[in-house]
Amino acid sequence: MIEASVIASPILGVVFCLLHVIVSLVHTWSHLVHQIQCLIISSGLLSKYQNINLNRLRHLAVVIDSEDAKNKSKVHQLLCWLSDIGVKYVILYDIEGVMKKSDKAYEKSSANPSETKCMDFAPNMPLIFDMFGMTVEIISYTDGKEAVAKGANYLCSNYLKNQDDTLNKLGPKFTEPDISSALKAVGHDGPEPDLLLVYGPARCHLGFPAWRLRYTEIVHMGPLSSMKLSAVVKVLYDFSKKHQNYGK
Amino acid sequence: MDKNDKSMITKAIGHVSFVMRKCLFSILSIGPVPAHIAFIMDGNRRYAKRHALHQDSTNPGSGHRVGFKCLISTLQYCYEMGVKYVTVYAFSIDNFKRDPQEVQSLMDLMKEKIDELLTEDSVLKKFDARINFWGDLQLLSEPVRLTAKKAMDMTVHNKGPVLSVCVAYTSTNEITHAIEASVREKQENAPIEVSDLDRNMYTAGCLEPDIIIRTSGETRLSNFLLWQSDFAHLQNPNPLWPEFSLRHLVWAVLEYQNVHGYLKKRKGEIEKNK
Repeated sequence: MIEASVIASPILGVVFCLLHVIVSLVHTWSHLVHQIQCLIISSGLLSKYQNINLNRLRHLAVVIDSEDAKNKSKVHQLLCWLSDIGVKYVILYDIEGVMKKSDKAYEKSSANPSETKCMDFAPNMPLIFDMFGMTVEIISYTDGKEAVAKGANYLCSNYLKNQDDTLNKLGPKFTEPDISSALKAVGHDGPEPDLLLVYGPARCHLGFPAWRLRYTEIVHMGPLSSMKLSAVVKVLYDFSKKHQNYGK
Repeated sequence: MDKNDKSMITKAIGHVSFVMRKCLFSILSIGPVPAHIAFIMDGNRRYAKRHALHQDSTNPGSGHRVGFKCLISTLQYCYEMGVKYVTVYAFSIDNFKRDPQEVQSLMDLMKEKIDELLTEDSVLKKFDARINFWGDLQLLSEPVRLTAKKAMDMTVHNKGPVLSVCVAYTSTNEITHAIEASVREKQENAPIEVSDLDRNMYTAGCLEPDIIIRTSGETRLSNFLLWQSDFAHLQNPNPLWPEFSLRHLVWAVLEYQNVHGYLKKRKGEIEKNK
């Protein structure tokens, strides 16, 4: 039995590695197909990608891995692309708040600094400013669950203040609009993005505020270092053709 | 070939398949195996349409019946692989907006299948699994609610893996419920913390999902486990739910193993900063 397991283990190990080689080959093939698609889009040969209907895209979110987010010029380039395409509202998210600390860099590097109006940096609050006619909101992990806890405390203090009210004697009863109002009262009432682009090694939203993710389409874009304008155009085009049932 | 011969051949094929799966799962377990996989079982109605299943006013749930068979086989594979928690999105609060006949048919199917899961030869019995129902169960019809409660009571002491069925569920409803519960139990001068909300979620006591799989290629979470999915690997394979098979599950685990190191690192950094 011991001899059988001594023989079997390396064989299983080899098969395991082989399976992962197959996964890598499939990824490489998909990446190649994607590169060819991007090449065709950027050549301008397909007119359908020239004028994308962005009526359904009111808010776009971008989740960036915090290591990638340190590359300020790349982030700024992405914002410029999105503004040129016609996106009106962008929510930038990275888990550690790297981009919140870098907001002044986006202001200084814009062509016309007077086009950017920045609020002061506060680590536990969203940061909102205008850039090239596009509203940019920057958030981080503290704008997610901790914001909901702040909202809960707001609702709680209102509930305790009105303890004499007959309705309250039945115990706290909140609705989803109550939660939304509470989040607004504590300064965390950002809109729900229609589309969320993830730049990083994995398709994972890394703690993007849960309250704002209900029906958001989530697309993985790969590392920020290899971002392409044509890839963004393709995703926006595909989104414009999407149909949602909303549960029906 | 008589009935006995056919039954012996079927049994033999079953044994061979089981041994081959055991081998395959031994190979996969060289890498990290997810402890919790969640499924958004999307595509039952499209499958019924595509395969022209008998779907009319007398049987609007035919696609869902096929989908249930797929759920049973997927559960079996997950538990054989060593996945401790499986969560499925069976019925959203938003689904009540559907045609009333379809909703009633789904409620009837749910009751029927919960009863089936409690029988001696079911997958739950085989693995000594526990079943949870997460959601605003007051929205369900009384027969379904009582059956769900019975299933939870009957399996509460089971020591095996866990099946959690999200029914009459949305994440935003769950968060609202958790806030209500946190406010109700709040002590003087102690603010409500994230840990209080975590403790009052339906999912309290359950590990966060490692993978969330939505079939049919759709890319949204549709208000499912939004609070718990911070570091979940989100996957959206193209097959419709009734087409989801062992090879798709194996592929999902291989994809997860590729990114596991990165997600574990990011999760660790956040927990260190708490």
